[in-house]
Amino acid sequence: METMKLTIDNKIIEVPKGTTLFKAARELGIEIPTLCYMELHDLNIENKPAGCRICVVEVQGRRNLAPSCATNCENGMVVKTHSTRVLNARRTVMEFILSDHPKECLICPKSGSCDLQNMAIRLGIREIPGTEIAKMSTYRKDTSPSIIRDLDKCIMCRRCETMCNDVQTVGALSAINRGFMAVVSPAFEQNLEHSTCTYCGQCVAVCPTGALTEVDHTPDILRALADPTKTVIVQTAPAVRAALGEEFGMEPGTLVTGKMVAALRVLGFKYVFDTDFAADLTIMEEGSEFLDRLSRHLKGDESAKLPILTSCCPGWVNFFESYFPDLKDIPSTAKSPQQMFGAIAKTYFAEKIGIGRKDLVVVSIMPCLAKKYECQREEFSTDGNRDVDYSISTRELAAFIKQANIDLNNLESEEFDSPMGESTGAGVIFGNTGGVIEAAVRTAYELNTGKKLEKVDFMELRGLEGVREATIDFNGTPIRIGIAHGLGNARKLLNDVRAGKSKFHAIEIMACPGGCIGGGGQPLHHGNSDIIKARAAAIYREDKKKILRKSHENPFIIKLYKEFLGKPNSEKAHHLLHTHYFDKKKKFIVKQ
Amino acid sequence: MSSIKIELREEDVKRIKEICASFRNDPQELINVLHRCQEHFGYLPAEVQEVVSEELTVPVAKIYGVITFYSFFTMTPKGKHPISICMGTACYVRGAEKVLDEFKRELGLQVGQTTKDGKFSLSSLRCVGACGLAPVVLVGDKTYGRVAPDDVKNILKEYEQ
Repeated sequence: METMKLTIDNKIIEVPKGTTLFKAARELGIEIPTLCYMELHDLNIENKPAGCRICVVEVQGRRNLAPSCATNCENGMVVKTHSTRVLNARRTVMEFILSDHPKECLICPKSGSCDLQNMAIRLGIREIPGTEIAKMSTYRKDTSPSIIRDLDKCIMCRRCETMCNDVQTVGALSAINRGFMAVVSPAFEQNLEHSTCTYCGQCVAVCPTGALTEVDHTPDILRALADPTKTVIVQTAPAVRAALGEEFGMEPGTLVTGKMVAALRVLGFKYVFDTDFAADLTIMEEGSEFLDRLSRHLKGDESAKLPILTSCCPGWVNFFESYFPDLKDIPSTAKSPQQMFGAIAKTYFAEKIGIGRKDLVVVSIMPCLAKKYECQREEFSTDGNRDVDYSISTRELAAFIKQANIDLNNLESEEFDSPMGESTGAGVIFGNTGGVIEAAVRTAYELNTGKKLEKVDFMELRGLEGVREATIDFNGTPIRIGIAHGLGNARKLLNDVRAGKSKFHAIEIMACPGGCIGGGGQPLHHGNSDIIKARAAAIYREDKKKILRKSHENPFIIKLYKEFLGKPNSEKAHHLLHTHYFDKKKKFIVKQ
Repeated sequence: MSSIKIELREEDVKRIKEICASFRNDPQELINVLHRCQEHFGYLPAEVQEVVSEELTVPVAKIYGVITFYSFFTMTPKGKHPISICMGTACYVRGAEKVLDEFKRELGLQVGQTTKDGKFSLSSLRCVGACGLAPVVLVGDKTYGRVAPDDVKNILKEYEQ
């Protein structure tokens, strides 16, 4: 391999040809500041539009300063990353960016975790010349069911555009206009709500400023908690416990399940339940549906379509409704765990505690922004009363806990309430890419073969590769499984299905890179993919700790079927736990 | 960005598809495709962009991004009689701006807009190479030289019927 030898800040380094100055410097332990550059190595994600110009460095013999993120190393280069000229230029660039940025940090939702704010601190900016005379460009604010776009705060780093187009292949966002009028926007400057946006929230997860944030539903929850006529219960998704601690200074990958339960109790939730319970329920329904389709398919019934696609992820559901509506009878009809939980809570559980559904408020804590939209979908309401009333993200929960003066670090661990807090290890791993299908295999194998599964860890289904496949032996029948995380990877598998070339029996898809642990509502990773790996490992640790690790062994799920639902895919189960999909292929409406 | 809802006729869709096909439906050829489409339609309404998006498999947001980036592309149809006022140096110093203001006032338009009846559209350009006639106004293919604000009414009258 050809290498390049050069000097950066008086240190000599040799790197493979094609390495950028930015990466070479990083290898030497020199962190060149940047606002737009972003790399998530393990997930194959890179954004380098060379737009912010903060990362400029001085290359001896070159007239102008070079953007280090987009300049390749060459033999004999002598590079300075912090000469007076560089520092002055960097400061000036920063001042220009700030001159067209609102100075309302005190009340900005991103304050404290804002890359722009941190950069102003790092570069020691103390004044912004010209603020008295210069007029700032301005753009209308756009609020959708999940995401708020406040483009006055956009610095055109284009990270959101990279996520939306290159990683997710959703193509809802693009840079439009030029100069001061330039913003990132959906086609024809429509609102996000009328675009092809799936609300996966990956744009929010990488936005360095307050330009893209989630719609905050904590005030609604506070109001419900203060209402004496309401019983407020909460469910927490598996990925939340593996990330919440980060917001309280804990190491990434710290499990805070018990502390989180304790905090939710202090916040005033009457019952603290677990979405993992509903995940087990999902496996019962989705697994049965899969086995039914599989056995009919193997018998030659052509109406039994395979592969079956998982349907837990609302971003993914939005994606196929917009881009693959012709395949909408392929995904499982099983609702997501969030919605299964809501449906059971507002019927079975409400009845159990003797209150009407209108007096029961169901809150969900999710690593996800699409869940906000999902719980607002009309088909998930009865007489205008939602099955899940409010969904808030891991980040919103952290803020909520802080507002209530709760010191998460020093809380004693507590247990979930019964019955909807009881779950197996299969429910926990729903948070990782590959987890839903692994949980399904654990149950489907035993139900299908009648044999006990000795080895429950399916290592072949785990990992962070974008598209994975594995074959599981079901007592002589090879079951071919596909896994994709990130919607761009999902699109590849879907194109095969559409073309009739798919060889899989079942496919799991999660919209976010890494699965729910990398969700749009999680604590910000600031471009560090080690954080996502640590969360994934935490989820598998939690699974390993459980005595029961197969959904169908959950005694409370067994009881629920016995007392209430009958059996999986029964008429009642169908009514409460299954859904249908819509053709949402966008027909653009253009206003006069 | 204002736009008018139009319905594409079948032959229009066919024409766009032909243009895309002549560039092998290559997403890299987006700008060339848009040039040819604007040549054909006179402007690039949303519906045209949507067909191009389908054919080239480029998100329509990207196409809109390109169209709003380059000033040559427009989503507003030109009028039957497009009016261009030269704002090159020579015309400018001889009062082109006052002439432009008079057109704006008479037609109730801003630069880049088209009258509701589709008759006139207003644009400004840089130097048509007739500096001796400054300030210069073009209406369609016809050139008017040494135009004063007082002449504007009479020029418009020529196109009244």
